[in-house]
This record gives sequence, structure tokens and C-alpha cells, in this order.
Amino acid sequence: MYLKKNIATSESGFIFNPSTGDSYSANPVAAEIVQLLKQGTASSSVKEQILQKYEVDPFRLEQDWDDFMNQLKEANLLGD
Amino acid sequence: MEKPDNLLTIAVTGLNAIDSPGPGIAVIRGLREGLHRPVRIIGLSYETLEPGIYMHDVVDKTYQIPYPAAGSEALLRRLQYIHEKEQLQLIIPNFDAELYNFIRLGPALKNMGIATFLPSQEQFDARDKINLYRFGKKHNLLVPKDKIINSPAELNACEEAMGFPLVVKGKFYDAVVAYTLEQAQKAFYKLTAKWGFPVIVQEYINGTEINIAVLGDGKGNAVSIIPMRKLYITDKGKAWAGITLEDDALIKIAGDFVKATQWKGGCELEIMRTKKNELYIMEINPRFPAWIYLTAAAGQNQPAALAKMALGEEQPFYTAYEVGKIFIRYSWDHITDIKEFHQISGMGEL
Repeated sequence: MYLKKNIATSESGFIFNPSTGDSYSANPVAAEIVQLLKQGTASSSVKEQILQKYEVDPFRLEQDWDDFMNQLKEANLLGD
Repeated sequence: MEKPDNLLTIAVTGLNAIDSPGPGIAVIRGLREGLHRPVRIIGLSYETLEPGIYMHDVVDKTYQIPYPAAGSEALLRRLQYIHEKEQLQLIIPNFDAELYNFIRLGPALKNMGIATFLPSQEQFDARDKINLYRFGKKHNLLVPKDKIINSPAELNACEEAMGFPLVVKGKFYDAVVAYTLEQAQKAFYKLTAKWGFPVIVQEYINGTEINIAVLGDGKGNAVSIIPMRKLYITDKGKAWAGITLEDDALIKIAGDFVKATQWKGGCELEIMRTKKNELYIMEINPRFPAWIYLTAAAGQNQPAALAKMALGEEQPFYTAYEVGKIFIRYSWDHITDIKEFHQISGMGEL
């Protein structure tokens, strides 16, 4: 799964889906993840960067990651 | 004062910039910005309180014209009078209900030296709500099932065929989603009282509504296609804000429509995108929508392109437009004087 190519993002966490007209606001960590995904960074590498940068338990990160990916999928922002 | 040599005189209807607006003011805005030459706009109005009549920066002069029910002869006589005074070069009608007369008068207007750029009567009839399902089947376009009824007793058969909820639609305008037989019956009476017979009962399609403004050249080519999603909808179902979208499937369905029908002129496709990503054509409006200025703002000025084609000028096909362009409508209390009101209501021109 990857972030759809035409999704527009900003550093401030604004996400715009030009296919549907929907827009979303992401919190700073989510915005960082979305930016990295947008640049084509692999999921494993994004997770690694988050683990290095923030004090977070790897197990907790996995849980939150799945949750966030589900939200992105629900919002029609991910492609197969 | 002498008229400039390159002055274009264009008559436009739909000056009712109200809560359920006609497209006229937006069309004029597009013309004034996109034709890059002096334009004199002649408003053609039906009601004395259409705001555009009094907006003298937008409309140079307005003449009242007879209601469509008066017939094409009465309209022609009035247009002959207006033409004598104004030397019209082009008329852009913007109401569904008046198009029949304008299409019929096309050849007579042409003889008078007035251009139009309208669909043929066949094209106009084929996309009518009453014929939409057949139209979709013929051209392989996805259209909800429907039934045309003339009596509330026929609603039982509709329920058996399509189940509830159902969409009950008036002949020209208005639609009600009915969840029970009682609601459907109530809608039937309300719609027939307002719009006459028949009533269209349509399968309810759940999804996201998308509108597409389309300009066809009459030879099967789409000169411009701009998809828009409503961001804010009034209680009358009209867009109060909207945003341009990027989606190849939407461009394709509009292109397929133009190719199949050889559509000539502006139109609006009302699309419903289901959760399975199916694109249903819910309705085809045979004229520009009220939000048409968004096409100009996004880089494809459809009113100006229509005018150029109508006048026999070259108009390249648009390809690119700005995605994420937003319009937000607003209301404004325009101030005028009783003298102006008297002028238009008493003399029929202002």
C-alpha cells in the first residue's frame, strides 16, 4: 500500500484528495509520516525513523501505525 | 458615442442571481473576462426582480421577454424588436424551460444574423429526465432505473420494482427522497402541482454527488470538462461552495457522453459516485450550471469558449485546469431605486 500519487500534502498537516475534494488535518507526527510516505519512503523505514526520533514502544507504534493506515484507507488516500 | 469596431453584443438569460440561481451572471462574468474585447451584454429577463437587471456593471441593458409558455412566435417578435435596437450577435439562453423555443428559433435567428450554440431538438429530448434511462442504455452509460408515472396508484409498482427509498422527481425541477409510500404520494402531489405531469420515480443511488460542467463542439468533441464537488449545499440542494476535482474517470464519462450524443453547447452532468466507485449519471442539464464561472477560474473559460465557437472563431480544446479551485457564493443587498423598478415593470426594458 502506498499514498496515492495525486494526494496533496503540506508540512503543516493539511491533506487534500483531489479526486474527491476531501481535505483533512493531521497532527504533527501524522503529518511527518504522510510527508515521508508521499516522498516514497518505505513503511519500514518510516517506522524506523519514528522510533529513533520519538520515545515510543515498538509494539505501541505497530498498533498506532495500523490504526493510522486504516484511517488513511478509509479516507481513500491509499492505493494498492 | 461610437461603438468600437470589435464590440460584441451578446444577449444572456438567467439573470436571477438568487438563492437558487440562474447561470446568467456567472456566464456574463466569464464572457467579460475571457473574450478580450469590448462586450455589450443585453440581459433578457422574465421577472422584474431578477437581480441582474439592476446590476449595471454586469448587464448593460435588459429587456423583458415573454414566458416560454407564450410560444416561439411571441419570443421571436420580441427578439426582432430587441435586435433592431441592439444588433445582437449572439444569444446564450440559460434556462431549461426556454431552450425548446430558442432551439426552434435557431434558423430564424441565424437569418437575422444572430448566432446561438445549442443542442439539436433530438439531443435536447434524448437527455430529458423522462428519456434518461433509455438514453443511458443506448449509449452504455450507467443511469439509475426509473419509471415515468402519471398517477399515485403507480407508486406501488415502483416500490415493487425498486424498493424504498425512491427519488420522486418533478418534470423540470425538484426531487424528493421518499422512504415510505406516504412520503412518495405526498411528493407526487406536490411535484405535479408545481411542475405538471408526468413524475419520474428513480432508483435511489447512495454515494457522493459530483457535477461536471461540459462544453461540446457538436462534432463529438468535448472542448472543456471541469468536475466539481459541492462543499456546501443549500436546503434547495444548490451548491453554495464547491471545489474542482481531478479524476480521469470523471473526465472519461463526460467525454463519452459528448462523443455519444455529439452534444453542442454547454451542459452539466450530475453524477453519483457509489462506494464501489461506480459513476451513475443522475441527470443531464442542457445548459451551463450556475457555478460555471468556476470553469473560468480554473483555467477553462467555458462561456467565452462557447461564444467564440458560436461566432465561428477558433477555439482549441482545453486539457489542463487547476485542481482544488474553490468557489464560495455570497449574498449581497444590491440597492436600486423605485424608478428603475418602474422602468422595467412598466416599459419592459431598463
